[in-house]
Amino acid sequence: MTTVESAIGTAKTMVLNMGPQHPSTHGVLRVLLELDGENVVSAVPDLGYLHTGIEKSCEDKTYSQAITLTDRMDYLNPLGNNLVYCLAVEKLLDLEVPKRAQYIRVMMVELQRISSHLVWLGTHALDMGAMSVMLYCFREREEILKIFERFAGQRMMTSYIRIGGLALQPPAGWREQVQRFLDMMPARVDEYEALLTENRIWQGRLKGVGYLPPEVLIANSTTGPGLRAAGVAFDNRKAFPYSSYEEFDFNVPTRTESDCYARYLVRVAEIRESLKIVRQAMDKISDEGSIKAEAPGIIPPQREKMKTEMEALIYHFKIFTEGFSPPPGEAYVAVESPRGELGCFIASDGSPKPLRVHFRSPSFINLQALPRMVEGQLIADTVACIGTIDIVLGEVDR
Amino acid sequence: MTQLANADANIVVEQLRGWNASAITQVVEYRGETTVVVPRELLRATAQQCKENPALHFDLLSDVTCVDRFPVEPRLELNYSLVSIPRQARIRLRTSVSVQHPVVDSLVPVWPGANWLEREVFDLFGVQFEGHPDLRRILLPEDFEGFPLRRDFPVEGKR
Repeated sequence: MTTVESAIGTAKTMVLNMGPQHPSTHGVLRVLLELDGENVVSAVPDLGYLHTGIEKSCEDKTYSQAITLTDRMDYLNPLGNNLVYCLAVEKLLDLEVPKRAQYIRVMMVELQRISSHLVWLGTHALDMGAMSVMLYCFREREEILKIFERFAGQRMMTSYIRIGGLALQPPAGWREQVQRFLDMMPARVDEYEALLTENRIWQGRLKGVGYLPPEVLIANSTTGPGLRAAGVAFDNRKAFPYSSYEEFDFNVPTRTESDCYARYLVRVAEIRESLKIVRQAMDKISDEGSIKAEAPGIIPPQREKMKTEMEALIYHFKIFTEGFSPPPGEAYVAVESPRGELGCFIASDGSPKPLRVHFRSPSFINLQALPRMVEGQLIADTVACIGTIDIVLGEVDR
Repeated sequence: MTQLANADANIVVEQLRGWNASAITQVVEYRGETTVVVPRELLRATAQQCKENPALHFDLLSDVTCVDRFPVEPRLELNYSLVSIPRQARIRLRTSVSVQHPVVDSLVPVWPGANWLEREVFDLFGVQFEGHPDLRRILLPEDFEGFPLRRDFPVEGKR
């Protein structure tokens, strides 16, 4: 096993320090590459530059306060982080969320998946030297961020999904706005594919690069598009449905080549599947209805009721000063984030603050396969491999 | 033997008991999740069994995490979340180690993916994984003192 110390190099090889400021490492990842000419002999990722101790901070906050911290882990998928945390707390509380809120959650999370894949596609194309794709991808992502802004008041750190439901009712005119996006998007995805899929440079840079057999990926705990590009159709939305995903009709795109090109094709296909899910969710979301569970001591009461009902006022005061206390126990919930299995483990000791909150972050665990992926390949291929693993350093380091 | 609500967990418990009667000290069911508590010495063998027994086939180690049960000894409770992709099933293995002697067998020989997960637990809780090929800090700097996710480590850090 190579360590940082032993990677200092022998007379034959040299060590190249890639990152933490290198733009292709998507943040602050440092990779020590031992090189023989232009071939990578070994690679040692060095993490922790963005470690902010989110899990520890959660232990010092009430259950509702910690939601804002979850946004800041995977900053390309804040709604997914909200969702997994809220699902775990709801499981601890044994709380049933109204169907309408579940469908809105699904719609928002799928829009988030599209936006995350768009950022991935844009930045990855940029890494591979195709600058224009990034500009197109960010143009469409902007439309999604505008939808989030209308729904939550925030473009990125939305904290829109709350324990027991959602923060706000959908805004007036949301249907038209989402519909406009859905009408526009399929043609735009065709546009990206016209630029890239048959492009000789794109294929030359990605095909056959970063191959790993499926058994190695599973042994290394890889999940998400990286695993599905190796032919393993594992998707938490299908295998362990949550938030009413079992009612939606969608496919799990897979490829068998398990190289960077296959990972690209899987993600593009996932954008199309997500559009399908958003369309179905829009049909399912009724125009009127509750977006919060019925649980007086846990869900903040309506403003109106606080002015007329004594109990509502007391609950409001209790929730925002002390918080609420789930019964002692543990819960683990896993959702399918754009990057793979995003899990949240919460242990409660019966107090208003969690005993332990742990996030199983897919970026962190998928990155583990990087050394195996790049050994024996060229430096330029390392950039392609880091790109197609699709890491978000905020989530890797937490 | 009491029947568990989760049908799949019954298979797991039955298979593990059939393999080694002392492999399971307790089965915890909570909110539809099943946790199998195993003795510390038998952790790796049980994990191996979970992976290689064709009736169980837990091929993916999804997560490793630790909970500090301060002040209850043994304080450090390790939770291993296993997934079987072909059977679409989940189970959690649990074992506890004391803070005076926080040593447990590494699961890297069973699932190579345990490598970074165990390094993270070592980094933040100070649990030593015996047989781990590369046990060093992963998120914190190498010269960091203490284990910040233990309950006796202040949230604002040591000054």
